Amino acid sequence: MKKLIKLLFLNVLLISPIFAKDVADTLVELQNNINIVWTATAAFLVFFMQAGFALVESGFTRAKNTVNIMMKNLMDFSIGTVFFYFIGFGLMFGATNGFMGTTNFAISGKTLNDADWIWIFLFFQTVFAGTAATIVSGAIAERTKFSGYLIYSVFICAFIYPIFGSWAWGGLLDGGGWLEKLGFLDFAGSTVVHSIGGWLALAGAIILGPRIGKFGRDGKDKAIPGHNIALAALGVFILWFGWFGFNSGSTTLGNGNIGRIAVITNMSAAGGAIAAMFTAWFVIGKPDGSMALNGTLAGLVGITAGCDVVSPAGALMIGLMSGVLVVFSVLFIDKKLKIDDPVGAVSVHGVCGAFGTLAVGFFALDNGLLYGGGGRQLLIQTIGVVVAFIWAFGLGLVLFYIVKITIGLRVSKDEELRGLDIGEHGMEAYDGFQIFTTQ
Amino acid sequence: MKLVIAYIQPERLPEVKQALYAREIFKISVTNAMGCGRQKGYHETYRGADIEVNLLKKVRIEIAVNESFVQPTIDGIIEGSKTGQIGDGKIFVLPIEECIRIRTGETGHDAIG
Repeated sequence: MKKLIKLLFLNVLLISPIFAKDVADTLVELQNNINIVWTATAAFLVFFMQAGFALVESGFTRAKNTVNIMMKNLMDFSIGTVFFYFIGFGLMFGATNGFMGTTNFAISGKTLNDADWIWIFLFFQTVFAGTAATIVSGAIAERTKFSGYLIYSVFICAFIYPIFGSWAWGGLLDGGGWLEKLGFLDFAGSTVVHSIGGWLALAGAIILGPRIGKFGRDGKDKAIPGHNIALAALGVFILWFGWFGFNSGSTTLGNGNIGRIAVITNMSAAGGAIAAMFTAWFVIGKPDGSMALNGTLAGLVGITAGCDVVSPAGALMIGLMSGVLVVFSVLFIDKKLKIDDPVGAVSVHGVCGAFGTLAVGFFALDNGLLYGGGGRQLLIQTIGVVVAFIWAFGLGLVLFYIVKITIGLRVSKDEELRGLDIGEHGMEAYDGFQIFTTQ
Repeated sequence: MKLVIAYIQPERLPEVKQALYAREIFKISVTNAMGCGRQKGYHETYRGADIEVNLLKKVRIEIAVNESFVQPTIDGIIEGSKTGQIGDGKIFVLPIEECIRIRTGETGHDAIG
């Protein structure tokens, strides 16, 4: 009976043209609110990735530097939030002059009522900028002066990340960059977020030089084991969890795509973990836990660019290849290039970010090379990847070098040996515990 | 048979091990230790309040050696741990009454081996 009344009521609504218009308006408003709620949820998930990064980095490094790692992760996000709001957001999403955005600083000129989309868009983009900034922390861990790191945090969130972002993503709001006009596909940021962070990390690690004791007098690399693999694993699980917001949230639409992209993202992460474990098993001799954890992140970074345009099978392939790639990349950077990256950030974010972006050219269902779409998309992807490398690595070298010759980038030898927790922050992470500070 | 005990700065341990290896002294026991000597300790703060850190982190090394290895052991520890700063540490040399290897039951010089 109730149903009947409801049906009759709806019929009356639809018959009457005035009511029908109201219903249509309400539905549009409802969908808009669903979009906002979903994007907010996703943004909160991405924010939680900061916790994941902090745990991964501290777990993979020594106990005597834990306070320093936590402080870097706390401060790069806090500083990033402020500078992205006042400077970065406008450079990234303002009306562009061809090189960068020039309006929308501090979301000025927007209508700004409560129903406005701009609030959650700003927040979503802020947590993305924070992610790019925090990637670098791990690669330059255990030897970087805290004040030098703060300066770096300002520049990545205010300039380096937003200007490149405006080339690829500016059109999401008022901009429109040359890369996206070319047809460059980077759905959630394999290149824009992860490669940019990864290549900056590479520049930082090169300018800093290795930690004391990382390479012997004969130049052979030595292990400096992380102090808590449980923390590192928890961090990776938190990042995996947050990544469902990172990728599924980048639709910014509350519809069925959320589920599809979650399946694809999950598939690639699983593939990355499996492939990295077996690769380590074959190459090193044991299913190394830290490599499998890195492999999970590699799979996630790899699928980030193409998670809306590939099939689950394609995602599995991308994940598996990222997992193999990350192990060889870590070994290559360690043993051949002799660059000290304590947590594998360059391999996970830089190398697998670039690979994932190129993989779109192969695996995209519409225009990928493997699906008969020809090589055009692959060429465009390659341009984006190369430009990202030149931009981030080049500016990174300049930025870190300027910090080095002005306020100094590296702590003293004594401080590094005793630990940055005492030297930089005057406190310990595990007070009351007996901790070996012998290496 | 002598027991050489040394308290050194934790961060000097890798250097000490290298110096001992170079003198063909491979057997070593290492424990974490807290201690203070003439060194005043360092200053920590926690949430704005001062902490006097009197007991410093040290590493205690124990090496049991036969007579001919006593001097090389001492030389190795000094080479690896000496910086010239207060807090470099101390070395104690003690006689050993007896030494038994649990696995084989060997005693004396053979057990120290």
